[in-house]
Amino acid sequence: MTDNIHPLTRAALPGLTQRYASEKRFRLIGLSAVVLSLSFLVFLIGGIAFRGMGAFVQTEMQIEVSAETVENHTGSSFALMRKISLENFEASARSERRLSVSMVGEGADEDLENALADLGSFSGTARVWVRASDDIDVAWKADLDPEMMTTLRPKQVEWLQALANEDRLRTSFNTGFFTNGDSREAERAGIGGAFVGSLLTLSVCLLLSFAVGILAAIYLEEFAVKNKFTAFLEVNINNLATVPSIIFGLLGLAVFLNVFGLPRSSSLVGGMVLALMTLPTIIIASRVSLQAVPPSIREAALGLGATRVQAVFHHVLPLALPGMLTGTILGMARALGETAPLLMIGMVAFIADVPGGFTDPATALPVQVYLWSDIPERAFAEKTSGAILVLLVFLLLMNLTAIIMRKKLEKKW
Amino acid sequence: MTVTEKKTADQQAPAEEPKIVATNVKVSYGGRDALHGIDLEIVARKVTALIGPSGCGKTTFLRCINRMNDLIPVAEVTGSITLDGNNIYAPEVDVEVLRRHVGMVFQKPNPFPKSIYDNVAYGPRIHGLASNKQELDKIVEKSLRRAGLWDEVSDRLEAPGTGLSGGQQQRLCIARAIAIEPAVILMDEPCSALDPIATAKIEELIHELKERYTIVIVTHSMQQAARVSDYTAFFHLGDLVEKGETEALFTNPKDERTEAYISGRIG
Repeated sequence: MTDNIHPLTRAALPGLTQRYASEKRFRLIGLSAVVLSLSFLVFLIGGIAFRGMGAFVQTEMQIEVSAETVENHTGSSFALMRKISLENFEASARSERRLSVSMVGEGADEDLENALADLGSFSGTARVWVRASDDIDVAWKADLDPEMMTTLRPKQVEWLQALANEDRLRTSFNTGFFTNGDSREAERAGIGGAFVGSLLTLSVCLLLSFAVGILAAIYLEEFAVKNKFTAFLEVNINNLATVPSIIFGLLGLAVFLNVFGLPRSSSLVGGMVLALMTLPTIIIASRVSLQAVPPSIREAALGLGATRVQAVFHHVLPLALPGMLTGTILGMARALGETAPLLMIGMVAFIADVPGGFTDPATALPVQVYLWSDIPERAFAEKTSGAILVLLVFLLLMNLTAIIMRKKLEKKW
Repeated sequence: MTVTEKKTADQQAPAEEPKIVATNVKVSYGGRDALHGIDLEIVARKVTALIGPSGCGKTTFLRCINRMNDLIPVAEVTGSITLDGNNIYAPEVDVEVLRRHVGMVFQKPNPFPKSIYDNVAYGPRIHGLASNKQELDKIVEKSLRRAGLWDEVSDRLEAPGTGLSGGQQQRLCIARAIAIEPAVILMDEPCSALDPIATAKIEELIHELKERYTIVIVTHSMQQAARVSDYTAFFHLGDLVEKGETEALFTNPKDERTEAYISGRIG
């Protein structure tokens, strides 16, 4: 020991250097874990966004229309479109005629009809924009990368190059992606049907699980006698929260479809199944927020001669509600992203129409993603990513609502 | 009650008719005895203080008087407590009616997280004591005045009750309790969470309130019991050791445990 050592430095306390080192190590490990998970997230979201952005735009091609052709084909826009395709893309051999017709996409005849209506009467030739087929769409969005044109015939590539050289290709916002139902043709397929299906399913789910869940939580927390039976119930509610969701799908199949005979593939049954799945989550979250209300509030109300129901509904519930709503929204967000139980009750079927009611056959956003991801056609890859993006945006919005609600409604006591 | 009347009442206090009579009250929590047979008479329009060391059962006894112990599933109460001669543990008694007549102020101020007005108006509302808004306004004002809070809050009745200071909150709770005109007010250590100045205000208030209400107060502070109460009951380990007029009990305790407690040797 020398007098040179300052008594308040690490030199005076053996082992402190190692303690500092271990603290530093721990911080580094923690930081790298955060960085790692963040980078995975960025990679995932970025990848999906990069691929999915294309789904929101649609390639269109400009074609020449002569007034004469239009006059000869009044009444059938389909035949007119066919004729115009043949005129635009000169096909000599018979096999090439089919190729020329498949340059334009499904629904191009509707685009043509609308464009002609806007144009009014004209003489000579006019140029109108119609949507391109999915193969053209994929190729154009990839800047005519030869790798992305393997599905096109040499003749089609030639036509495509010609269109590109004359600046007769463009991309425009794809409203059909948001309004159309599902389709086998990528240029026509949209998430409109799945989106409405998801909304209908979620509203059934919300109605059922919120009402039942909150009442169950209030009863269990505020009124039920604490005995072995309620303890047993509590354990089982917690167990239910961890049951794999596909089991709930099987339950729905067995009970709602087979016993009650409710319509298959309908958003009604989908909502009921998701409500079963969400119930435990809502009950648990609601009970926790009821427990968080200080007992002094109940005592104050009861001490004034309020009945238990009055004490709960006048004082406890308003304080617990923000927490309950947060739990409900988080449960709903989980239900929105759920696929497996919906597969079991037939919501995985190909449904081209946008559902108009709770008993109509419907599908849901995550199921649509699942369906599209199975299709080998290249154009559906970006549709899949686009649908995922929409789903993610909705999940984000719901979670944001939950956070805002919690901050706004929270009362201090 | 005039001053002279009050004095004569004080002199002949023990003979006065009791408001509450507890006879052989026993309480056990899940088989563990908390009170073994309490006999106590509480005189109308007087302040009775329950004192004793922690865990002696004074709060338990207080909560028997408005049956708040009913809320604890394992609590078992035997014996009888009468209010104006009616047994409050009779099977036909509705606790809501009982609590309408026996109000309570708790240890920690517990205003509802609502406006000051709504806090006071809640009791009259649920019991239908006011038929219109004017009547309710009157009740609220009267209660706040009696609780000595009116001058401080009359301009912000819509402000949240939880935004008041601790002492104001406790007076708000007293206003809330007296808004339904109970006959008895139970106070469970009402000043234990307050500073000396707020405590002094509450004690002053208790003095004023006893002209109208019978008050039972649990307190840890012997000085407070001496200052505010007319009668004192000393509890120790679940027994009622000694009861009597406050002055007599403090100056001339009969039981040695009482003496030990008030002289600071136990507790």
